[in-house]
Amino acid sequence: MDITAPATGNSATDAAIRIRGLRKAYGGVAAVDGIDLDIARGETFALLGPNGAGKSTTVEILEGYRVRTAGEVSVLGTDPAHGDLDWKARLGIVLQSATESGVYTVREQLTHFARFYPDPRDVDEVIAAVGLEEKARTRISKLSGGQRRRVDVALGIVGRPELLFLDEPTTGFDPEARREFWQLIRGLKAEGTTILLTTHYLDEAAQLGDRAGIILGGRLVDVGRVDELGGREARVPIVRWRDPSGAPREERTEAPAALVASVVRELGGEPAGLEVIRPSLEDIYLELVRSAGAETRNEEEALA
Amino acid sequence: MSETTTTTTGATHTGHGSHGRATRPGMLRIGAARIGFEVKGYFRSPDAVFFTFLFPLIMLGIFTAAFSAAGDIQPGPNAEGISVGAYYLPGMLAAGMLLSGVQNLAVDIAGEKGDGTLKRLGGTPLSPVSYFLGKIGQVFVTGVLQAALLLLVAATLLGIALPTDPDAWLTFAWVFVLGVGTSALLGIALSALPRSGKSATAVVIPIVLVLQFISGVYLQFSQLPEWMQNIASVFPLKWMAQGMRAAFLPDDFKVLEQTQEWDLGLVAIALLLWLVVGLVVSRLTFRWIRRDA
Repeated sequence: MDITAPATGNSATDAAIRIRGLRKAYGGVAAVDGIDLDIARGETFALLGPNGAGKSTTVEILEGYRVRTAGEVSVLGTDPAHGDLDWKARLGIVLQSATESGVYTVREQLTHFARFYPDPRDVDEVIAAVGLEEKARTRISKLSGGQRRRVDVALGIVGRPELLFLDEPTTGFDPEARREFWQLIRGLKAEGTTILLTTHYLDEAAQLGDRAGIILGGRLVDVGRVDELGGREARVPIVRWRDPSGAPREERTEAPAALVASVVRELGGEPAGLEVIRPSLEDIYLELVRSAGAETRNEEEALA
Repeated sequence: MSETTTTTTGATHTGHGSHGRATRPGMLRIGAARIGFEVKGYFRSPDAVFFTFLFPLIMLGIFTAAFSAAGDIQPGPNAEGISVGAYYLPGMLAAGMLLSGVQNLAVDIAGEKGDGTLKRLGGTPLSPVSYFLGKIGQVFVTGVLQAALLLLVAATLLGIALPTDPDAWLTFAWVFVLGVGTSALLGIALSALPRSGKSATAVVIPIVLVLQFISGVYLQFSQLPEWMQNIASVFPLKWMAQGMRAAFLPDDFKVLEQTQEWDLGLVAIALLLWLVVGLVVSRLTFRWIRRDA
């Protein structure tokens, strides 16, 4: 009866999600090729990566939709391949866009889904939280794409989940709606909800994520705090200019002002095409994708 | 073993402690809620309402209007006949059961699989049992309304005399309940066949349509060639139609059946067998999503 043991801080108890050596192969081709990851309770983790990198497969294994080929997975202490209804009651899942016929109104749909859960949130509060008060009595089929997405999010949180999966939640949102959505997520975070977010918007990952991971070719190539991804070197500012012959020059330096001053001295005047660039998360991400030899196609999608 | 410990202690260590862990609502309670939700959804889907709810009524109206001039249908020479409408009413009741169950659910569930509805439900603590209770309950509710509407229109607008014998209504009742239950389960089973929601109608409707032609719904069963009657006897619709004829046609008409008898025992056995087939296939094939397809 050693009930104090789990409280001593071993990672299995503290982690909402624990992944060891996760592999998933389709017909001998590995879509997920050896992932290890812990996500702590209360943490918001952003999973980044181009399409086809293994992001969705990984998340769907965690959600219990897919069966892994090898490895160990524990989600809220349960193996998702054997998750029962009580386990599902503790999750909230916002999938990529569904195209349901939408014959129910927003309120009808939410009221119905709330019934499945032991301790659901108040339906009106959820409708207000996603900003759909005006549309509560409108059939879902009559909503815009962004509004339907808000319904998806509302359905994901109505059961008061301990762990929320958000798969590209703000696709189709206008900038204002995205900011409102971020506010909503911060509120859930403050309540202690663990969140696993996959997104193509790197500013979203930067805004919401405590940590982020980048998946490429079925492997986690980098995991860390959002402001540390790619390591220090990836964040060294870049100075670009053209020399008098018009040839482009580029140098990375921790002291860009000193470099610019020395270039000005050398040229005896203003250098042409001068730029000082501090790599954004997006630049770092794209550099990682590029160096991993991912397809150009995917980079475009990541930028879209 | 350590996982079990993690589950129990984990639940108390979350940030949701203040809400406790209330018990999940029971399967039956959610199933009952699903029935109301499904019925509402059904009546808001114009395709389903027209092609599965109103269709038999429209066909009965057309048949009555088109063939009444040809005179009554008689069980034999010099025997007392009944109107075309009266003869076709049992077949249309059977067709209604088939459409409300098989066609409606097969197309509906295949569509829900295709548009992400099932995947979403599969991520919630909804039990498949509650989901199926909702579907089967919906078929019963709309099937009863459909039969009531058919009988009402038959008795009033079309002037068809309905049975007055309680035994006839008892036969109607059990054939109806067994037939609707079988149809609903077969609809769930058949929903596994279409590869996408879009192809569902193309896969399901021909099956249902052919069955209606060979089972005595649109064509007088007694006038079909014997080989066609034998093929129809393999499938449940023929037995539903025969059971309904036993309930609604005068007793003389049994001479038109294959064995010159109503064979209600065989009706019950055939429908029960198909009910079991539907149950087993549904149980084996149903998935919230096509896993690793």
